[in-house]
Amino acid sequence: MPSRRRALLVLLSLTLLSVASLVVALAAGSLVLSLGDVLSMLAGEDNTARAVVFDLRLPRALAAFACGGLLALAGALMQVLLRNPLADPYVLGISGGAGVGALSAMLLGLAGLAVPGFAFAGALAAMLLVFGLAHGDGSWTQTRLLLTGVVIAAGCGALVALILTLAPEQKIQSMLFWLMGDLSQAVNPLPALVVLVVTLLAALPFARELNLLARGFDAALALGVAVPLLRRVIYVIASLATAVAVTTAGAIGFVGLIVPHLVRLAIGNDQRLLLPASVLAGGSLLVCADTLARTIVAPIQLPVGVLTALIGVPVFLYLLGRR
Amino acid sequence: MILETRQLAVSIGPHRVCCNLDLSLAAGERLAILGRNGAGKSTLLTTLAGLRNADGGELFVDGQSYADLSLRDAALLRGWLGQDRSDPFASTVLEAVLAGRHPHLSRWSWESPSDARIARATLTDMNLTDLAQREVQTLSGGERQRVAIAALLAQQTRLCLLDEPLAHLDLNHQIATLELLSRRSRDDGIAVAMVLHDPNFALRFCDYALLLFGDGTHVIGPVAGVLDESSLSRLYGHPLRRVTMTDFPHPVFVPE
Repeated sequence: MPSRRRALLVLLSLTLLSVASLVVALAAGSLVLSLGDVLSMLAGEDNTARAVVFDLRLPRALAAFACGGLLALAGALMQVLLRNPLADPYVLGISGGAGVGALSAMLLGLAGLAVPGFAFAGALAAMLLVFGLAHGDGSWTQTRLLLTGVVIAAGCGALVALILTLAPEQKIQSMLFWLMGDLSQAVNPLPALVVLVVTLLAALPFARELNLLARGFDAALALGVAVPLLRRVIYVIASLATAVAVTTAGAIGFVGLIVPHLVRLAIGNDQRLLLPASVLAGGSLLVCADTLARTIVAPIQLPVGVLTALIGVPVFLYLLGRR
Repeated sequence: MILETRQLAVSIGPHRVCCNLDLSLAAGERLAILGRNGAGKSTLLTTLAGLRNADGGELFVDGQSYADLSLRDAALLRGWLGQDRSDPFASTVLEAVLAGRHPHLSRWSWESPSDARIARATLTDMNLTDLAQREVQTLSGGERQRVAIAALLAQQTRLCLLDEPLAHLDLNHQIATLELLSRRSRDDGIAVAMVLHDPNFALRFCDYALLLFGDGTHVIGPVAGVLDESSLSRLYGHPLRRVTMTDFPHPVFVPE
C-alpha cells in the first residue's frame, strides 16, 4: 500500500513528465524552436511561428496526450475487469467495431466528421453487442465476457479485411493509417480531453473496490463490494474511454497494454495510484511517440501506432521474460 | 444468536444439499461442517455468507436477514474465506491482509496506522511477520492460505465462515490455525462455522458438528453426540473406528 504522500509524489513527478513531453512536442518539428521560443509564445508573445505551434502542434499534442491517457486508463480497467494481466482496451472488440465504422465511412467516400462519427457508432455497437451477448443469461462470468469479446473482435477483423479488399486503391493508404493509429487527423482534442477527465473522475471513487475485485469476485462481494454493479460501471467507463480514443486517433496499439504494466512494476497495483498514474504515463508516452513519428523520417509522417508497437513489443516481451 | 437458520433449504440445481436445517450459533461457539466431496458444504457456506440465495427458510446474522443489510454492513458482521486463491496481479502480503479492512473504511479514506496495526497483529497471529513485504505470488500454497486467513481475521467480524481453512497447511500450521481460531472465538466472542475434512479436529476444536450426507439429509448437534462410528461411517461411506487412548483426552476416529 503506497502512502498518500508517496502517491502524491509519484503523481507530481508524472505531471512534470507530461508537461515536459508536451513542451518538447511543441518545440520539435520541421520548424525547430528553442524551449525559450515556446515558453515566450505561451506567455503571449506573438511571432510568425505562433501559428505553427498553436494551430498545428498544440492540438495534435493534446490529442495524443488525451488518447494515450484514455487507452492506458481503459487498459488498466479492462485488466481488472477480466482479472487478466494480458487484457487491453481492444480485447473486447471495441476497436474492431470502430474500425468497421471508420473504414465503411471511408469506403462510402464520406469525409470530415463522418469518419470519427461512424467509428464511434461502430465502437458503441460492438460494446452493446458484447455486453448483450455476454450478459444474456445473467451470469456475466469473466470467461464468457472475454470469449464473447474475442469472437466479436475476430468478426470485426474479418469485416475490416473485407472492406480493405473491396476498397479502391487510392483509399487504402488512409484506411491503413487509420487502422495503425494516426494522430494527423486529430484536429480538435477537446472531446477526448473532456472524456479523459470525466472517465478518470468516474473511475477513481471505485479504486479501492477495484483492488478487491482484482483479488476475486466472491471475496470482493463478501467484503462489501457491489460486484455486479461495479463490473457494469467499469465496463461502460473502459469502453467509452476506448471508443473515444479510437475515434480520435484510430486503433493505436500497445499503449493500453504496456502502460498499466510499466506503472504497476514501478509503483505496485493499488488502483488508487495506478489509475491516475497510468493516465499521466500513457499520455506522456503517446505524446513522445507521436513527436518521434512526425520527426524521425520527416517530411514523411509515420503512423504513431507503428511506433508504439515497435516500442511496445520488445518492452512487453522483456516484462514477460522477467516474470 | 450470531448465526441462526430456520428450516433453511439449499440446493444446487436438482441436487439437494439440505432442507429444514435449523442451526443457531452463539458468540464464542464453533461449528464444523463435514461431508463428502460434492455434498454441498461450500454451497451451504456461501449461502450462510449471503453470497447466494437459499431455496427456502430463514437466515439471520446477528438477528438480521441479509436482505435487510447493506453489503457493507454485512461485511462488517461476517467474514467469508473461500477456496479460490488465484492472484493474477502482484501485491504484498501486507496489502493482501489490509484488503480485510475495506468495509471499515469510507470511500475516500486510506488505510490508517491503526488499520496497519491490526493487519500486522493478524500477521503475527498467523506466524507471517517475516513475510509482510513479500509478493503474494511468490508464496507457497500453505503460506497463501495463512495470508487469506489473516485477511479474514483483520476484517474483525463477529461471524467467520471458513471453507476448508486447513487446505494446503502442514500439520503444525493446521493445529496452530485451529488453536488460534478457537482462542479468538472464545476471547472475542466470534462465532465460527468451518468446513473441515477431519472429524478428529471437529471433535477437538468445535462445539457443534453438521454432517451433510449428500442426499439432502443432515444431522446437527453437539460434537460429542453427533460424531460416532456409525454416522461417520455412513457420512464417508467407509468404516471408521473410534479409538481411545489412556494418555490423550480426546477419542480418535481412524478409517479402517
